[in-house]
Parts: sequence; C-alpha cells; structure tokens
Amino acid sequence: MLSGTVVVAASFAYLLVLFAVAWYGDRRAEQGRSIIANPWTYAMSLAVYCTAWTYFGSVGRAASGGVWFLPIYLGPTLAMSLSWVVLLKMIRISRTYRITSIADFIASRYGKSHLLGGLVTIIAVVGMVPYIALQLKAISSGYSVLTGSDDSGVFPFAAASWFNDGTLYVALTLALFTVLFGARHLDAAERHEGMVAAIAFESVVKLLAFLVIGGFVTWSVYEGFDDIFTRAFADPELAALLSLKTASSAGYGGWFALTLLAMLSVIFLPRQFQVTVVENVNEQHLRRATWLFPGYLLLINIFVLPIALGGLLYFGRGTVDPDTFVLSLPLAHGERALALLAFVGGFSAATGMVIVETIAVSTMVCNDLVMPLLLGIERFKRSNHPDLTGLLLGIRRGAIVVVLLLGYLYFRLAGEAYALVSIGLISFAAVAQFAPAMLGGMYWRGGTREGALAGLLAGFVVWAYTLMLPSVAKSGWLDRAFLDYGLFGLEYLRPEQLFGLGGLDSISHALFWSLTANIACYVIVSLARVPTGQEATQATLFVDVFSRGQDTPATFWRGSAQIQDLQPLVARFLGAERARRMFESYARERGVARIDDLKPDAGLVQFAETQLAGAIGSASARVMVSSVVQEEPLGLDEVMDILDEASQVRAYSHELEEKSQALEAATAELRAANERLKELDRLKDDFMSSVTHELRTPLTSIRAFSEMLLDDPEIDLKDRTRFLGIIVSETERLTRLVNQVLDMAKIESGHAEWHNTDIDMRELVGHAVETTEQLFRDRGAVLELDLPDRAPHLRADRDRLLQVMLNLISNAAKFVPGDTGVVRVRLTCETGQLRVDVTDNGPGIAPEQLGVIFEKFRQGGDQYSRPQGTGLGLPISRQIVEHFGGRLWVQSRPGEGATFSFVLPLPPEAGDGPDRAMT
Amino acid sequence: MAKKILIADDEQNIVISLEFLMKREGYEVSVANDGDEAVRRIRAEKPDLVLLDVMMPKKSGFEVCQEVKSNPELQSVRILMLTAKGRDTEVAKGLALGADAYMTKPFSTKELVERVRSMLAER
Amino acid sequence: MMRRGLAGQRLVATFLGGALLFNYPVLSLLDRSEPFFGMPMLWACLFIVWAVLIAVVAWIAERGAR
Repeated sequence: MLSGTVVVAASFAYLLVLFAVAWYGDRRAEQGRSIIANPWTYAMSLAVYCTAWTYFGSVGRAASGGVWFLPIYLGPTLAMSLSWVVLLKMIRISRTYRITSIADFIASRYGKSHLLGGLVTIIAVVGMVPYIALQLKAISSGYSVLTGSDDSGVFPFAAASWFNDGTLYVALTLALFTVLFGARHLDAAERHEGMVAAIAFESVVKLLAFLVIGGFVTWSVYEGFDDIFTRAFADPELAALLSLKTASSAGYGGWFALTLLAMLSVIFLPRQFQVTVVENVNEQHLRRATWLFPGYLLLINIFVLPIALGGLLYFGRGTVDPDTFVLSLPLAHGERALALLAFVGGFSAATGMVIVETIAVSTMVCNDLVMPLLLGIERFKRSNHPDLTGLLLGIRRGAIVVVLLLGYLYFRLAGEAYALVSIGLISFAAVAQFAPAMLGGMYWRGGTREGALAGLLAGFVVWAYTLMLPSVAKSGWLDRAFLDYGLFGLEYLRPEQLFGLGGLDSISHALFWSLTANIACYVIVSLARVPTGQEATQATLFVDVFSRGQDTPATFWRGSAQIQDLQPLVARFLGAERARRMFESYARERGVARIDDLKPDAGLVQFAETQLAGAIGSASARVMVSSVVQEEPLGLDEVMDILDEASQVRAYSHELEEKSQALEAATAELRAANERLKELDRLKDDFMSSVTHELRTPLTSIRAFSEMLLDDPEIDLKDRTRFLGIIVSETERLTRLVNQVLDMAKIESGHAEWHNTDIDMRELVGHAVETTEQLFRDRGAVLELDLPDRAPHLRADRDRLLQVMLNLISNAAKFVPGDTGVVRVRLTCETGQLRVDVTDNGPGIAPEQLGVIFEKFRQGGDQYSRPQGTGLGLPISRQIVEHFGGRLWVQSRPGEGATFSFVLPLPPEAGDGPDRAMT
Repeated sequence: MAKKILIADDEQNIVISLEFLMKREGYEVSVANDGDEAVRRIRAEKPDLVLLDVMMPKKSGFEVCQEVKSNPELQSVRILMLTAKGRDTEVAKGLALGADAYMTKPFSTKELVERVRSMLAER
Repeated sequence: MMRRGLAGQRLVATFLGGALLFNYPVLSLLDRSEPFFGMPMLWACLFIVWAVLIAVVAWIAERGAR
C-alpha cells in the first residue's frame, strides 16, 4: 500500500511536468519554432484516443470477454487507413473555413445554423459527460486501490458527502489545469500548441507505463506468454475467454457493430476532432499518423489479455475488480514503485482525455450555445463594448468548469453502476450520431438544415432511450420498470429490445436503431425540399473543397462593409491589437499599404467573418458580421447562377482555348491559301506575259512586212511573194496560238466540252497517221505504224484524243532529221489500259529540259531546231490525257531520240477480254 | 563608209524583215540568232548599232547589253533593245543596263528606221 | 498527383481488405480452440493480421510521401 500523500504528490508532480511541457510548447510556438510541427508529435497526440478506459478498462473487458476488447482498436486502424480520403478533406475544410469544432462544422455546412450548432453541442455534452465521469472514476478507484482503503488517506474518496469527496477536488484540479492549458488566451484558430505537446507527452508516458506493467506481469509474475496461456488453457473458465464464440453472447454482429462504432468514434469524438483536425499544423503529418497511430494502438494492447488472464489466475474471479489489475498486480507483488508508475500512467491517460475533451466541448458550448444566446439579446448585439475577449475567455473557462462538474455529478449518480467499458461505449454511440450529418455534408450536396436536424435529433433520442436511460436506470436512479416492460407498459417499446429486436447486445441494438433512425431522417427530410441558397453555397464549399482554391473561399452574397465597421467588430472578440495585426497582414497580402486603403469588398467581409468564425463559431460570426454589413443574401437561384457562372467560365475558357487554336489553324490555312493565290497570280501574270510575247512576235513580223510592202511598191515580185508567204504563215501561227490559248483556258477552268463516245484506238491512231502523212512526205521522213490486231474500245472525246495524237506526231516530225528521220507510232494493249508510244530519232531532249517541256510556252530545242509551235501543245495534250484518267510522259536521252508515251485506262467492263471489245 | 548594224533575234521572220529594212537604208548588216552569238559578233565586228531582242536563247538581251556596256572597248556600240514584253519594268531595266533606246514589238517600221538613223547620226 | 491518387486507392483497397479480415466469416476460421505456438489462435492471428495491415498502410503512406 502507498500513502495517499505520496500518490497525490506524484500526481501533482506529474501534472506540473505536463504543464511545463505545455508551457515550453507554447513558448516555442511563440518563437516560431514549433515542437509539434512534426508528424511524430501529431501521431502521438492522436493517441489521446486511449484514455483511462483503455488503460484500466481494456483489461477489465478482456477479463470478462477475452478478445472482445479488440474491436475498439481494430476499428480505428481501419478508419485511419481511410484517413487520407476522409480526414484530409475534413482538415482541409476546417482550415479553409476556420472551423474549430464538430458543432461548428455541422452548423457551418448546413447554412451556418445556430440551431444545429446548439443541438450538436448538447449531444456532445450529454455524450461526453459520462465519458469524463469515467476518467474521474478511474482516478478515484485507482487512488483507492493504491492507498488500500476507501476512507483513509488525505482525500477520502467516495465519501458520503460531496465536499469530503476527493473526486470533486480531482475534477476541480483538472478544470484548473485545463483552463491553464487551453483557455489562457484566445486563439483565432483554436490551436493550442502547448496542449498538443503535453498530450503527445502523456501518450508516451501511458504507453511506456502500460508496457512496463505488461512486461512485469508477463515475465516477472509469470514466465512469459506461454506460461500465462498454458495456465489459462488449463482453466476451462479462462479457456472460454480465448474464443470469440464462448467469450461473449454478442456474436459476430456485435463484433462488427463494435468495430464500426470505434471507426466512427476515432473520427467524430470531439477530442479526436480537436487533435486530428483543429490542431493539425500540416496536412502531410496525416501520412505518418495513418500507420503510426494504429501501431501505437497495437502496442498498448499487446499486454491487455496477458494482464487480464494473469490477474484472473492470480486473484481468481470475483475478488479484485479486473479494471484495477494494472495496479493491483504490482501491489500484490510488493512492487510499490511499479504500482505508482502504473497509476501515473492511468492518471496521465485520464488527464489527457479530460483536458482535450473539455477544451473541445467548451469551444462548442461557447461558440455554438452561449454566443448564439447572447447574440439573441438585442442589447448585446448592439452594444459597443470595444473588447469582448475577456467575456469570451470567461465563457470558455466557465464551460470547462461546468463540463467537469457535470462529469463529477454523473460519476456521483451513476458511476458505480457500470464497468468502465460500458460507459465508454455509451459515449461512442452518442458521437456516432454525428457521422451521417458530417460525412453526408462532406460528400453529398443535397443535405439540408432540416435534414441534419431531424437526423441528429432522431439519432440522439433513440440513443438516449435505448442506451442512456437504461444505464441510468440500471444505476438505480430511475425505476427499472420501463426497462423490463417497456414505456407505458408497451412491450415493443422496451429500450433494449426495441420493436422486439432481440439477440443483440445493448450497444449493437442501440447503434442499429439510432443510426437507422438518424440516416433515414437525414436523407428523407433532406430530400423533402431543394437546398436554400445558403445551404447550396456551403455544400459546394465543403464538397468541392479540393477543387476550389484553398485561400480564396468563394463569397456567395452581395455586400460590402467599411473597414471602420469591421475592424472594431473583430477587435471586440479578438482584441484590438490582434485585430489590427490581422488586418495589416491582410492588407499586405492584397498589396495595400494601409488598412484604411482596403477596398470595402466582399473579400474583406469574408476575411473578417472567417477570423471571427475562429473565435466565436461560423454561425455567430455570420450574425455579427451581417449586423454591420449592408448586404442582401442570395437566393438559391442566384447562388446556382454564380456556381454555374464559375463552371461556365471554365467551360468558356476551355472553349476559347479551342477556338483560338482553331483560329490559329484557320489563319495558317488562310496564309497558305493566300500564298497559293499569290503563286497562282504570279503564274497567271507569267502566263499573260508569255501569251503577250507569243502574240506580239508573229504580229511583229506581220506588221513589219505589211508596212514594208505598203511603203515600197518597188519591191520585186520574188521578195513580195516571199513576204506575203511569211505574213500568211505568221497569221496562221497567230490563229493557232489564239485557239490553243482559249483551249487551254477552257480545259484549265473546267469549261471545256467533252463529247465522249466509244473509241477504237486503232482507228484513231491510224487516222492521225494518215492526217500527218503529208508532213512526213515534206520532211522526207518515214512514219512507221505498229498496231495490235485488236484493241478494246474506250470511252473518250475523239477529237481531243486526235488532237493529242496529232500534237505528238507533228512534234516528232518537227524534230526528226530530214531524209533519215523515222517516227514510230505504236499502240499496245496492257492490262486495264491502252498505251501509245511515239518514238523519234531526233536530237533527243536534254535531261534538264525533260521536266519543263510540259510547262506552258516552254519549247524544246535550240534556235536551229526550234519548231514552229506555240509552246502550248504538250501542256494541252497532258491535260487531255489526264482528264481521261491517263498519264503522258516522255523518255529521252540526248542524241538518241525521244519517246512520248501515254496510257489511257480502259473502262472496267472492257477489261474482260478483247473479244468483247470487238463488238 | 556604211554603218554596221548587228541584228540579234531568234525569230527568223523578224530577222528577215529587219535585215531587209536596214539593207534598204544602206547599212551593212550581220545577224546573230542567240545571245552568245550576239556577244561574239559584237566583239568581233564592233558594229555601230545592235538591234537586240530581249528574249533569246542562251543569253538574254539584258545579259548581252550588260556585257557590252561593261566592256570599255565597246563603248561606241549603240544598243536599241526590242522586246515583245512591253512592261514598264522591262523598259526601265533595259535602260538601266545601258541600252541607248528601247522599242516594243510590234514596232512601226518607219519609227524604227527613224530611230536607227538618229542614233547613228548622234556621232 | 498521379501518385497521390494511386496511394489513395491503395489505402481504400487496404481498408476493404482489413474490413474483410477483421469480420465474419474470415474471423470464424481463426476462432479455434487449439493453441497456436502456445498462444490462443484467435488472439495471435488478430495481432498478426493487425501488424501486417499496419505495415502495408505504412508502406503505402510513406511511399506516397516520397
């Protein structure tokens, strides 16, 4: 046994150490060298989840239910693996909109509703008071065990009269420390660096203490796990604890319910929200916490079953409360220092929970319960008290004390009825009621204020009826009759078998009914009407928090306020100096030198409101700001318009981008087209210039000779005849040229007329040869003809093809040397096409000329052999052949003559065979 | 002593007409059918005047004109350019290259004879 | 972004896997009366699965942080 003085002194010493850590943490934070700004501290602070309930209660639960203590820790492990999806969003939302509590979160989400914030606060207080009572009970019973009696020692615990009750003083001491930790000054973001440092510290202390005790029991009292389990297996009663089926009647459904409950609790317990979301300094810290916190839970649970079994083996059943095995086992073995360490560990777990929970709850009480009530008083709202920070602090501190005293009251009234674990589960079930409104609000836009209210109210009422009231009744404070026979004696209203639902343990039963009622009401009532503008605004801000800018919350109302109105308003709640600093830094961000130069726009109002929200809650901030702002709230349609506008702007900019790309492409096309046109223009100019030249040349001769003949009658007859001959031939040349130019122009412009008929190429080629026979005779050249026996008919314009043939043959005739000249014309049938070759033994064409002879006005040959042509014959021939889908080309080597060839495709049906073509 | 005139053109009929005209005026006439030949004959014969066609094979009239005018020995050779391309730019180009006169085809035989006469009389 | 999205999906998958392993019917397979290396089968297996789950989450989360 230890003396009460030692225990109390150790406890106080521990509290002082804790306070020193907190003080140091605050100091470092003020210097800007935060000690909590690392992922390890963050993960450790999350371990505030492990309270005295874990520390003492898990062993108690294991002693009666074997592995059934585990779902409470498996649930958080699973929940944390989802943290990167769920918690991150919660953190981002809260940071962006300065949300400092669950009540504020829900109130803000559903249109900054005071009523919702108040309801959530009441649920939180009612749900947490038993939990706080549990911590007080743990400290009180721990003290009793350590000091060995209920009525000896410095503080007689559980005394008959409350003023003699040590637990009351414990509660008051904790209240004092909590005020010192969490409500010494006001922070707009509700961050308490010192407190977080202290919580992380106490997490390490309780883990180490528990591990030490576990190690002591396992290896010092017994000889390792093997030893304990072998002994346990040997005892049929204990062996039953080692199986899930035999250890509890709850079954797998109960196991699942507990896991789910713990999953929701680790997210929605006010203290967890406080450390996970509000006190988070860096979103990236969540990454490590995702596995480190579950790792912590695993470690602190390893020795739970061994300690429980060890205690049961050592003390036997019914002699010592299993909840106190952690203390009684070392004591029983005379290890007083160890027992004291165990107590400090448990004390640590309890104080950590109490401090964070009461701070979190007091923030809610102040911002979402008291402030709205104060704001409801018109005199308060209109009063011009310049500084209300003192009042705010007073409310916070009062709330802390009141919550702790309520916890004490509960402890006095109902504390003895239930084992620790049961009380904890009742609180868990209470906070689980926040889940639908919270999660729904984060992922579903359709939730409305009434829906959230209905859901929370229904869940809360069912929870109270099925869980809270029975626990009160079981503690003897209420008549048990309604438990056994139902309310008003109605069987189906029995709280623990509602509507006759049996076979479930009370927690699963309550969880099922309360969550069912909660979700059903939330969804059904939400769907009853379209969200209002304010709700839609907040829904969008919450649901789309990641896609919106973190630092530019959208403002969905029109309004403006003068800085002269806003600054004093913020100063009233945050202090003049703080307010001035805030607005100065805001002005700097906006690139404005002085506060007075700030534009009185919606952004400024939003900034002021956000700052206020941190201190007095979003709903109250809304009310306060709207009292100085000339604004008109927007209706749903207008909000939707703005949202639409935003998405339209995005769509437009996307469209614009596409359009500008299309424009660029079009511009490029236009430029290319313009280039082509210019090129065409240039070609046309060249063409015109060439035509002019070709026309003027014969005209020159004609005019010169005509003038000479006219002027000089003396010219002798021989010259006269010669000159007249020249004039005639030049006139013919001119006529030919004009015809060909017109021809060319018609073909090129597509206005040429084509009179297609069935043509026998043998006949056509023969005709062409006949026509040019005279030409060859004049030149003294030979024309050889090589025709196949049969050739398929093809469909084309006979005159045009004849023009091509004549052009090629007469060209050849012009170039072959006189006397020895030979031109060979050959027609051949190839698959699918007819081929004509006109070969001469003339001088041939230089390679550099080959490409250009088909261009207009480019004639082959030099001045001696230059033919009397227009330079349009070959280009026109090529155009004609290509018009019928054929090809015209030339092959030549200088000195070896030239071969002009063309092919014409046969119509498909003619390809069947020559026979058919003969018909 | 009869003045020497070189006719440089690739169109036979035009050459014939020019030759006839010039001979009738009493000039001594020689003929070149392309640019190269024209340069060669100008160098060799140092004619008093050249009737120079612009569009000729091998060397254009412009090139011939440039070569002649850049040669100090041939300073005395007068050049009358004849072209079927009557554009202003061509006229300007010919004159810039040192041609003494410019006529477009088809020309009036009287005008041509007058021009030749006056050009040869300038000395 | 890609990596973060991937890590998120992996974590959700791990959650689903964990939820499966920690509940009926998988749990009933582990609930045997005979000892497992001298320890209660269910107790030992739950801790092993738990530890593996934490290791997997740690691997995913810390890998994504790189």
